[in-house]
Amino acid sequence: MRFADAKTTLAFLGRLAISPIQEMGRIAIFFSYGFFHIFSPPLQISKIIEQVYFIGTKSVFVICLTGAFTGMVLGLQGYYTLVQFGSEGLLGAAVALSLIREMGPVLTAIMVVGRAGSAMAAEIGIMRISEQIDALETMDIDPVRFLFSPRMAAAFISFPLLTAIFDVVGIFGGYLTGSILLGINPGIYFAKVQSSVLMKDISGGFIKSLVFSAVVTTICCFQGYFTHTRAEGFGAKGVSHATTSAVVASCVLTLIVDYILTSFLL
Amino acid sequence: MNKPLIELENVFKKFGQKQILDGVNLSIYRGEVTTIIGKSGVGKSVLLKHIIGLLKPDSGRILFKGQPLSEMKKSARQVFKSKISYLFQGSALFDSLSVVDNIALPLREKQSLPAAEIKKRIRNIMQQLDLSDIDDKYPSQLSGGMQKRVALARALVTDPEIVLFDEPTTGLDPIRKNAVHSMIADYQKRFGFTGVVVSHEIPDIFYFSQRVAMLEEGRVIIEGTPKEIQQATDPEVQQFIRGLESHRDDLTDMHTQLQGEKRFLEEMARLQRHQVVFSIILFSIKNMEEINEAIGHAEVQTVLKNFSVQTLNNLRITDICFRYGLDKILAVLPNTDIDQARMVFDKLTKELKAEDIIGVRPYPEFCFSVDAGFAEAQQDSQIEHIVAIAESAQNELFEFKVC
Repeated sequence: MRFADAKTTLAFLGRLAISPIQEMGRIAIFFSYGFFHIFSPPLQISKIIEQVYFIGTKSVFVICLTGAFTGMVLGLQGYYTLVQFGSEGLLGAAVALSLIREMGPVLTAIMVVGRAGSAMAAEIGIMRISEQIDALETMDIDPVRFLFSPRMAAAFISFPLLTAIFDVVGIFGGYLTGSILLGINPGIYFAKVQSSVLMKDISGGFIKSLVFSAVVTTICCFQGYFTHTRAEGFGAKGVSHATTSAVVASCVLTLIVDYILTSFLL
Repeated sequence: MNKPLIELENVFKKFGQKQILDGVNLSIYRGEVTTIIGKSGVGKSVLLKHIIGLLKPDSGRILFKGQPLSEMKKSARQVFKSKISYLFQGSALFDSLSVVDNIALPLREKQSLPAAEIKKRIRNIMQQLDLSDIDDKYPSQLSGGMQKRVALARALVTDPEIVLFDEPTTGLDPIRKNAVHSMIADYQKRFGFTGVVVSHEIPDIFYFSQRVAMLEEGRVIIEGTPKEIQQATDPEVQQFIRGLESHRDDLTDMHTQLQGEKRFLEEMARLQRHQVVFSIILFSIKNMEEINEAIGHAEVQTVLKNFSVQTLNNLRITDICFRYGLDKILAVLPNTDIDQARMVFDKLTKELKAEDIIGVRPYPEFCFSVDAGFAEAQQDSQIEHIVAIAESAQNELFEFKVC
C-alpha cells in the first residue's frame, strides 16, 4: 500500500514536471507550423489585410491614449526626480529612452493583448467548440494556416507600427507635461530627445515588438485552438478559461521575454 | 459483388475509460446510400468522424479503395479529402461569414475557379435547396432548418463523390425532413455519390438507403439491405426498429410501410382462409425528380402531403393507405375485386381537385402527374409480386395529372 502511494506521488511529480515541457513543445510546434504557412502559396493577402485592420488600425486610438498618458506620467515623474539634481533639462532623454527601449514595445503588446489577443482566443475557441474548425478540416482547409498564420503575419506588421505610434505620442505627452505645464524649454526637451536616442535603441525596440507579436499571437491563438483539450470546463466555460489564460499567459510571457531580450540587447 | 469503396477493419476507439468503438467492421459500396442506425451514444457520429479522418482509430484500419488512410501519402490523402464532404449534426456553419461566403468557402479555398463560375455554382445550389433571398444573412439569423440546408449546400457545392451525413434531419419539421430525405435520394441518383447517413428516422431511411448497418455496443451487429434489416429476427434489432417506428407516417399521416405490410398480410390470411378477395391500388408520382427540380424539394413534399390527405379523405374508411417508398403510395382495399377497385378510383379522381393538391401558388412549368395501377391479390402471392403487377398495369390504365 505504501509502495503504491509512493508510486502515485512520484507519478504526480513526474507529470508536474513533464506537462509544462510538453505544453511548451506543443506551442513551439504550433508557432513554427503557423509561421511557415505565412509564406506557403497561395499567400492569404486579403485575410492578412483584414487582420491588420483588426489588430492594427482598430487599436490606434487606444494606443494613442495610453501612449499619451504614459508619456505624461513619465514627464511628471521624471521632472520631479531630475529637478532634485538640477538636471531637468535631461527630461527629453529620460522620456524618449524609457519609451523607445521599454515602455513602448511592452505596453503596446499588453494593450493589444487586451484588445485583440483576447478576441483571437475567444473567436478561435468558439470556432473550436462549435465544430467550425472540424468543418474546415473536412474541407481539407488547414485550420492553422487559415486561422493562425494570417493573424501572426498581421501582428508582425501591426506591432512595430503601433509601437512607433506609442513612442511618438508618448514623447509628445512628456513634452506636454514637461514643457507646457512645468516650463522646461521645448528646444532643450527635443534637442535632448534627438541627441540621446541612437539607432540601436530604435532597432532594439523594433526587435522587441516583433518578438512580442509572435509571443502574443501564438499564445492567444494556441489557447483558443486547443480549448477543447482543457481539463477545466467545456463549452462556453472552456472558452472563458481559454481567453483568461491567453491574456494572463501572454502578458506574463511578454514581461519575461522583455527581461531576457533587454539583457541581450543592452 | 463489387469491391467496397470504404472499408473499416476492426476499428477500436476509446475516450478516457469508455470504449466507444469496439472492433467495427463495415463496408461502404460505391454509389450506394449506407445508413448507420443505433441508439444515441453508441458512437455513430464517432464512426463517421473516423471515416473522414477527424478522429484516428486506436487500432484497426480504414481503407479507401483498398488503401489504408493512415498509410496514404499527403497528395493521395488530399485527393481523398477533395472527394468527400461532411454534413455536421450541428451544421457547423462559420458564424462570422454570410450565407454566400459560407457556401463559397470550400470553392474559394480549394479550387482555382474563376469568380463567375463560383457565383454560378452557388446560385445553382441555393436555388435547388430553396435558399433564396438570404445571401447576406448570417447563420445566427436563420432558422435551424435553413441552417441545415445552408450546411447541405456547402457540403454539396464541391460535387463530392462521398457525402457523410450526421443526422441530417434532427430538428426539422416533417415537410423539411422528407425534403432532405428526398434530396439525398434524388441527388444520389443524379450525381451518383456514395452516401453514409447517420440517422434515427425509421422507417424513412428504409426508403432511400441501399444498405443499413446497426451499431450496438461499439460493433456493427447487423448489416444488410433495408428489407433484410426489417425482417431480421435478432430481438435487439427488432426492438430498436419497433421502438422508433411510429404507426403513422408523419408527413402523409398514412400508415407506415411496416404497418401497411402487416395489414396486407392480414388481408392475405383472410383471402386464404375465407376467400375474401382484396385489391390494391399503387400510386406512383411519375415526375418526382423533374418537379423536385422545378419547384424545390420542400414544395414537392407539401404537394405529396396534400395529395395523401385528399386521397385518404376520399377513400373508404376500411381502405388502408400507406407509403411504399419515397414516391409511392399503396392502398389496400379489403373486400374489393378489381372492378370495384376501379370504381373506387373513379370516384377518387372526380373528387380530387388541382387547387387542393398544388395549393394556391401557381407554378407555371409544373405538372403533378400520378400513375395508378390496380391489381387483385392472388392467393399466396407476395406483396412485391402484386405491386409489380400493379406497376406493369400502370402505364395503360390511368394517368392522373394536375397542372
